[in-house]
Amino acid sequence: MNTAVKELGELVGREYKEGFVTDIEAETLPPGLDESVIRFLSAKKSEPDFILEWRLEAFRRWQQMDKPEWAHVHHDPIDFQAISYYSAPKRDEDRPKSLDEVDPKLIETYNKLGIPLEEQKALAGVAVDAVFDSVSVTTTFKDKLAEAGVIFCPLSEAMANHPELVREYLGSVVPASDNFYAALNSAVFTEGSFVYVPKGVRCPMELSTYFRINALNTGQFERTLIIADEGSYVSYLEGCTAPMRDENQLHAAVVELVAMKDAEIKYSTVQNWYPGDEDGRGGIYNFVTKRGACRGDNAKISWTQVETGSAITWKYPSVLLEGDHSIGEFYSVALTNNCQQADTGTKMVHIGENTSSTIISKGISAGRGQNAYRGLVKVLKGAKGARNYSQCDSLLMGDRCGAHTFPYVEVKNPTATIEHEATTSKIGEDQLFYCRQRGLSEEDAVSMIVNGFCKEVFRELPMEFAVEAQKLLGISLEGAVG
Amino acid sequence: MTAWSSALPEFNAPIFFENNMLKISDLKVTVDGKAILNGLNLEVGPGEVHAIMGPNGSGKSTLANVIAGRDGYEVTDGSVAFMENDLLEMAPEERAHEGVFLAFQYPVEIPGVANIALLKEGLNAARRHRGEKELDALDFLKLVREKLKLVEMKEEFLYRSVNEGFSGGEKKRNEIFQMAMLEPRLAVLDETDSGLDIDALKIVAGGVNALRSEDRSVILVTHYQRLLDYIVPDYVHVLAGGRIVRSGDKGLALDLEARGYGWIEAGDSATA
Repeated sequence: MNTAVKELGELVGREYKEGFVTDIEAETLPPGLDESVIRFLSAKKSEPDFILEWRLEAFRRWQQMDKPEWAHVHHDPIDFQAISYYSAPKRDEDRPKSLDEVDPKLIETYNKLGIPLEEQKALAGVAVDAVFDSVSVTTTFKDKLAEAGVIFCPLSEAMANHPELVREYLGSVVPASDNFYAALNSAVFTEGSFVYVPKGVRCPMELSTYFRINALNTGQFERTLIIADEGSYVSYLEGCTAPMRDENQLHAAVVELVAMKDAEIKYSTVQNWYPGDEDGRGGIYNFVTKRGACRGDNAKISWTQVETGSAITWKYPSVLLEGDHSIGEFYSVALTNNCQQADTGTKMVHIGENTSSTIISKGISAGRGQNAYRGLVKVLKGAKGARNYSQCDSLLMGDRCGAHTFPYVEVKNPTATIEHEATTSKIGEDQLFYCRQRGLSEEDAVSMIVNGFCKEVFRELPMEFAVEAQKLLGISLEGAVG
Repeated sequence: MTAWSSALPEFNAPIFFENNMLKISDLKVTVDGKAILNGLNLEVGPGEVHAIMGPNGSGKSTLANVIAGRDGYEVTDGSVAFMENDLLEMAPEERAHEGVFLAFQYPVEIPGVANIALLKEGLNAARRHRGEKELDALDFLKLVREKLKLVEMKEEFLYRSVNEGFSGGEKKRNEIFQMAMLEPRLAVLDETDSGLDIDALKIVAGGVNALRSEDRSVILVTHYQRLLDYIVPDYVHVLAGGRIVRSGDKGLALDLEARGYGWIEAGDSATA
């Protein structure tokens, strides 16, 4: 981390030499944000004019907005003029030459997670040779998708090749002016994923950001847009169980999902950004806006998230249930250890008739971690027969952490059925002792008990992801007891 | 003369074994500053079954928990040797790996964790400790099926969360099932008979009896002599005021049943 901090310091301290408005060859922009920065970003990507206009409009809105203060998190004020909004991916000569040059602690964690050597190199940003760059698996993968007609590419590529789709759907679920961080993202987003699944197509494989390994440096303002056309299905995996380090402290991503009639989108996240050291220094601030719209009847959107990283997590994957009989689901595990803070939950907005939503939230607090569930269930006037089931469970480890639940319910239609259950429990000394008496080490015992607590969420994850997530939880809690 | 009275003069003396499985010497234990065990001596040889009886609050469960290594019990004096090693120096899981098993008086519920998952972790941890290969899924399942029969449990039992929603009898049978799987050298059964109806008691006792062997020792901690009708002990000790005040054979338990603990305690204070 020290080197990262140092490098960041160097970048910030570097004197600006070139005039950046015309020079799109620049590697890095100096800190600061104004319209010229946005024009630069747009020019760098050769974006269509409508995108530039959209960015500028977002920027104007953003300038008039206030930072949200309602979340149950505390941090020093963020100076948005102290951030550099463009930095090209590192050149090979600036990267570590081999894993020997990478923080041994990071390597230890990779090994515990059983990550293969080549992948470790990619994750740690080691300059990889050409042979690995042309991974054959990626090629096979692309062929298969093309055959099915599925578009899966970086967002900038979609703007160039499918501008009509981008124009129709970008910002259609999370408008540019939705909230402070979404507006910032709309103004300055650099890259992200784009997925379009045509009518009636079941995406032949799970899509994962992992396959976009060349785009690892998408940076702090990522933007993802997924569209599932009528009767289609797609499962998308975001993130990685391996600890991700980044020299950018602030991350403000936006994810938009659109599910048309009879379509289903399953979106799974494992987030393990650097949480900072034991005193919370240097961790990532993760302010994310994720929202899906069930645009047609019988559409279904399911969010599953496992949040173990970041110093601060601020995130509410939501579903707008517009179509009749549409379904929204939210399954979440959020873990806070040491000084981590999480304020996370969901919004389920029932608009169509006979819509239903399920919320299962599992919060785990250890160390001095603060974990808040914040959820809104909103039933509009026309949402006849809406149903919601919410379950929020909190698990506490030790006596210095906190768990908080903020459920909001707004019902405008008398036929709605809303159920809410909440529990708070402590990992008992007696549970730990029982497991240890049966031969488990204390750490294995904690891991087993916590994984048991999260079982209802893990079973929603794709199999391999679930196994990794279980390991990750155990590792994230190391040293939390005793 | 009853059997117990002949043991009276030497009740704190060692009970004649060359190779002790367990040797507890002058053990003193406090809980929250309150003295619970006040110089307890006990030796258990291989293959022996010892019953520890005594009134409520006499320190029976404390003894069981100290042997297993539970937190919250402060040993202020004395020693506990297991297979000639210092047991008190070992973490609870190390004791388990060495072959110490505690059947809990109140088995703990662990939501979301399958019975079989806990067992497999525990068994394989002990095997690793002994330098043995971990059991693969097939061998493990074979072993599980064989041991389930011992306590007359159905296989679906394995996939339920540990003790969650189990009846009192099921919980205790589960303890004995775990004991059968882990094959300990020393099993401490803490009030395993409490809360059992007669049918469940017979099943539990049958399981324990099937597990008796020349190299496995058992300590039965119990309030009632009823259990000893089904698991016949080699020795019976009476714990009162934090020490063993009487030792004898199973006849002692019958006397206790007939005359109550008050009789021992009165006798104890009379001789003191």
